[in-house]
Amino acid sequence: MNINKGLIIMSMVIQKTIRCMILRILIVLIVNVVLLLPSTASASLGGDVTTVQADQVRMKGTLRKTPNNAYTVQEIKTSTGTLVREYLSPAGKIFAVVWNGPFLPDLRQLFGSYFEQFSQSVKNHKSKGPRIRGALMIREPGLVVQTGGHMRAYFGRAYIPELVPQGIHMEEIQ
Amino acid sequence: MKGVRICILILALFGVWILPVGCGGNSGSTTTSSTPTQTIVTSGTNVQTITVNGGPPSVPDYPQPNTAFTSVTICEHGSTSNCATIDYVMVDTGSPGLRLLSSALAGSSLSLQTETANDGNQIGECVQFSDTSYVWGPVKTVDVYLANGNEIAYSVPIHILGDSTFSTIPSTCETGSNLEEDDLNSLGANGILGIGSSQYDCSVGGTNSCASGSEPPTASYYECSILGCTSAFVSLSQQVQNPVALFSRDNNGVIIELPAVSGPTLSLTGSMVFGIGTQTNNALGSATQFSLDSNGYINTIFNGTVFSSYIDSGSNAYFFQDTIAQDNGWYTPSSTLTLSAIIGNNTDVSFSVGNADNMFNDYPTYAVFNTLAGYSNGYFGWGLPFFYGRNVYTSITPQGNGTYFAF
Repeated sequence: MNINKGLIIMSMVIQKTIRCMILRILIVLIVNVVLLLPSTASASLGGDVTTVQADQVRMKGTLRKTPNNAYTVQEIKTSTGTLVREYLSPAGKIFAVVWNGPFLPDLRQLFGSYFEQFSQSVKNHKSKGPRIRGALMIREPGLVVQTGGHMRAYFGRAYIPELVPQGIHMEEIQ
Repeated sequence: MKGVRICILILALFGVWILPVGCGGNSGSTTTSSTPTQTIVTSGTNVQTITVNGGPPSVPDYPQPNTAFTSVTICEHGSTSNCATIDYVMVDTGSPGLRLLSSALAGSSLSLQTETANDGNQIGECVQFSDTSYVWGPVKTVDVYLANGNEIAYSVPIHILGDSTFSTIPSTCETGSNLEEDDLNSLGANGILGIGSSQYDCSVGGTNSCASGSEPPTASYYECSILGCTSAFVSLSQQVQNPVALFSRDNNGVIIELPAVSGPTLSLTGSMVFGIGTQTNNALGSATQFSLDSNGYINTIFNGTVFSSYIDSGSNAYFFQDTIAQDNGWYTPSSTLTLSAIIGNNTDVSFSVGNADNMFNDYPTYAVFNTLAGYSNGYFGWGLPFFYGRNVYTSITPQGNGTYFAF
């Protein structure tokens, strides 16, 4: 074995080690990103534009801009056929979410930090008989939730009144 | 009121009731039916009595408005002696499948087997309702007897709610509002008799996403072992099913027949007739059919806007979008409003909306309110008040495609 050949082999081993290290770092990075995804990439009521973009990629949603640019709508069709729309204000916040389809969407994810308030409101609302069957109407300071339909044909929407851009008629949010 | 009762009494003496609209009442001020006359069938081997009576008296919000109840007899499969008759089961044309509270079966000696998948795991189901509440429990197989035992569905997978052996609720079932309705007070009934437009409870418009697909829907069917429950596909034959679809006859639909009322009424009795055009007492007659679209809706035009809509005995009011004053979701106009809408292309329906708060305050023991309405955004729900005074047909197919409402 001559010296040159030895050097070449040595350099190949070093290169392989470096490649290996880079690969390991990459894997660690990817794993970290994946682990962080559930807490950072779920778009939810009151969330900002970055969560919508991440959600668009993750849930294969299509981003649709309204002609008047008063807000941006992201539509996500889930694997069970339920359509979810997220309404993003010019200020960059999700001010409303809407759903319709055969299964309820994951409201815990969709409502984000508003879920606990919502859950408590439903319990208070339902204990305030006479009960409404087939619909739900929650109107509280800071949160409005309206749902209806019947099994395998559900619809609903939730919005945060103070985040709704001025001049928007809520009838068009559905 | 007295006049109405006497009128019904006289008519009840004949096997068949022929109720002109507004019998004994001042029909001009309330709901106007588009049907000129109504015939309510009370006898026959395909007929079962239903009652809008406020539901179980022990439930804190008794009497529940505009909710139809009936009794259901179930037997261990193959047995005619190990049976139980459950009362206060809600009649729901808006869902398929029989769901019964475990607590309602507690007094019986029934021993029911939970369905198992090929791998031996037990099958459980979560159903989230439109109001975001949920029910949870195992799928078990029974024989179902309706119409005084004349209509029998054998080996029906039914949903048992609040079963102690299924006490651990999957977190994915709690993604509605996390409000569980697996006991009498929360459900307001001993069960739900789902006689909606499909045989399988996961089907709508020809699609069943619980049997196969890229991934099973969360918050639907589960396979359960000692390790817990995970979402799973379940074969059609093991899915919870509309018992009517499993009858040997009269299995293509249901007619709900409730008489008209002229105002708030204590309670109301009518019929659930099985089959459409299968016997002399269940002909479609002059009723107009409205085909359901692939999402299970028909169109309703209201205030010049076309809404997706549905006719559903499990909804207890008219639900639609309007700017009428509201309280807690109910409409509370200062005086009764007469409104109209178009179902399908050209069927006019007029209905009245009263003040819900006044109804509940003035008639605290009554269960029947024909002008009860509430808010719904973007959709039109024709709940039980729509059924008062007109016979409503809901057809059934295996996967819910090609079905129709008719009235």
